[in-house]
Amino acid sequence: MRLDSGPDLFTLRRRPVSDKLADRGFRWLTVALASLVGLVLLGILLTVMGGSRQAISAYGLAFLTTSNWDPVGDQYGALTAIYGTIVTSALSLVIAVPLGVGTAIFLTENIIPTKLRDILALMVELLAAIPSVVLGLWAIFVMEPFLRPFLSFLYTRLGWLPVFSTDPQGPGMAPAILILVVMILPIITAIARDSLLQVPPELRQAAYGIGTTRWGAILQVILPAAVSGIAGGVMLALGRAMGETMAVTMIIGNSNNFSWSLLAPGNTISSMLANQFGEADGNQVSALMYAALVLMLLTLLVNVLAQWVVRRLSLKYT
Amino acid sequence: MTSSSPTTSASSSSQSDICLSLENVGISYGTNEAVRNVFMDIPKGQVTAFIGPSGCGKSTVLRALNRMNDLIEGCTLKGRVLFHGQDLYARDVDAVEVRRRIGMVFQKPNPFPKSIYENIAFGARINGYKGDMDELVERSLRKAAIWDETKDKLKQSGCALSGGQQQRLCIARTVAIEPEVILMDEPCSALDPISTLKIEEMIHELKKSYTIVIVTHNMQQAVRVSDMTGFFNVQAKADIDGKVGCLEEFAPTEQIFNAPSQQATQDYVSGRFG
Repeated sequence: MRLDSGPDLFTLRRRPVSDKLADRGFRWLTVALASLVGLVLLGILLTVMGGSRQAISAYGLAFLTTSNWDPVGDQYGALTAIYGTIVTSALSLVIAVPLGVGTAIFLTENIIPTKLRDILALMVELLAAIPSVVLGLWAIFVMEPFLRPFLSFLYTRLGWLPVFSTDPQGPGMAPAILILVVMILPIITAIARDSLLQVPPELRQAAYGIGTTRWGAILQVILPAAVSGIAGGVMLALGRAMGETMAVTMIIGNSNNFSWSLLAPGNTISSMLANQFGEADGNQVSALMYAALVLMLLTLLVNVLAQWVVRRLSLKYT
Repeated sequence: MTSSSPTTSASSSSQSDICLSLENVGISYGTNEAVRNVFMDIPKGQVTAFIGPSGCGKSTVLRALNRMNDLIEGCTLKGRVLFHGQDLYARDVDAVEVRRRIGMVFQKPNPFPKSIYENIAFGARINGYKGDMDELVERSLRKAAIWDETKDKLKQSGCALSGGQQQRLCIARTVAIEPEVILMDEPCSALDPISTLKIEEMIHELKKSYTIVIVTHNMQQAVRVSDMTGFFNVQAKADIDGKVGCLEEFAPTEQIFNAPSQQATQDYVSGRFG
């Protein structure tokens, strides 16, 4: 037996050149497409960083902790918008997560017949298809007037709490939070539903087979098995809530005066950017770029955190 | 406690001790009839095997015994299933309670993605077990003949075990809720011969304390483990197109395999089947 016969055998049958080229070409194509995503992201980051350099050197970290936004005096601090961004997105999640996950459970467990479930699931997905400007209009003309008595009630009864310390006069953070709930609810529901549907049927059977109640099976077996997917959906929703512009800018009031109160008008970073870029010049453009950079870093932070959370949870349950 | 369930020795003549009794049971999935006209008295403290070709409804009947079919949408049952004389499908019977007294082991090993210890403790806890959990876990794992392999790694995930170990863990989990009856749906079909042998040995041990009903595709297994055997078959019926499952013959295992009364049974057990 000749030991060096191996290579010869393989060179006897050559693949046609075009075949090899197509193979290699496809590989390069995927590399190019994948790099494009990274390049675009890098490009945006560099542009924003370059644009904000002037403001960073002028205002430094005080930009993050002061709320004085004064284009006339050329003084800028973004605390109001940063507070607004974090508070609106976090509180909208607090409301939307139980609602969305609850809806998803209702839509995956056999509580109602399949046909009804499918119709309901379709309706939830249609909710995601409403343009945000339409939701903004609805918030201004329907939701906010409807809510005002309740918000006034909160003010009169719980006004001693800083978060309810102002008289609601129309647009404000509270209606903005609720419109964000409407916008992120379909994301959370759809992703939670998919994750719940992917829980292996064997696991359900295992739970029911040892006499678990439906309640116990959902809470202690099915939800834990789906939690990594649900967490991923929640993080996506958080990203959406932080970046959402149109509906929020229509209902939040766009005020740069800092207030702890949820009933007072406020601002978010994306809403502020949308409102001011048109007529900004000089330091203001740079300050807005700085705010945009803060938003990007916040989103990045959230995403990294999300990856970490998902990895921790899924390690436990797969 | 298991001590309360009598440990009948394998004398197939004790017909007075009926555990589960099926009276003219028919099961349909939607409009699709799976099995009909099943009459059967499953004796207490013995191993009853269901054999038959695919699609004959033996798994469906098994799942009807602890109302697992409730979880399948559109599945309906006609006739009566009596457990010690009580109709399992009566209006005031709680399906969850039924499953606690009639446990089930499935075809594919399905441990919870939790630690080995938690896999056992979970079922016991939801059943309101108040005693020493460590002791219960050890006892259950011992009964399922898997204690020696797992005693040093109780905190590890149940999913990290081999297929055969997982299946024994699942049996231990069922044993831990201290049911009267254990239903097994082809428990060895995904396992290698060694694991299969271990589970069969375990079944011999378990029948001292439990009534066991096992579905199997492996006729040798039925011969090795069971006292009674039900042979299910598919038959074409005049009133519907397609076929429907039915119980062809139900008798002591020896009789089914040596001197069956039906020609179809004879053909099936001797391998001359369609």
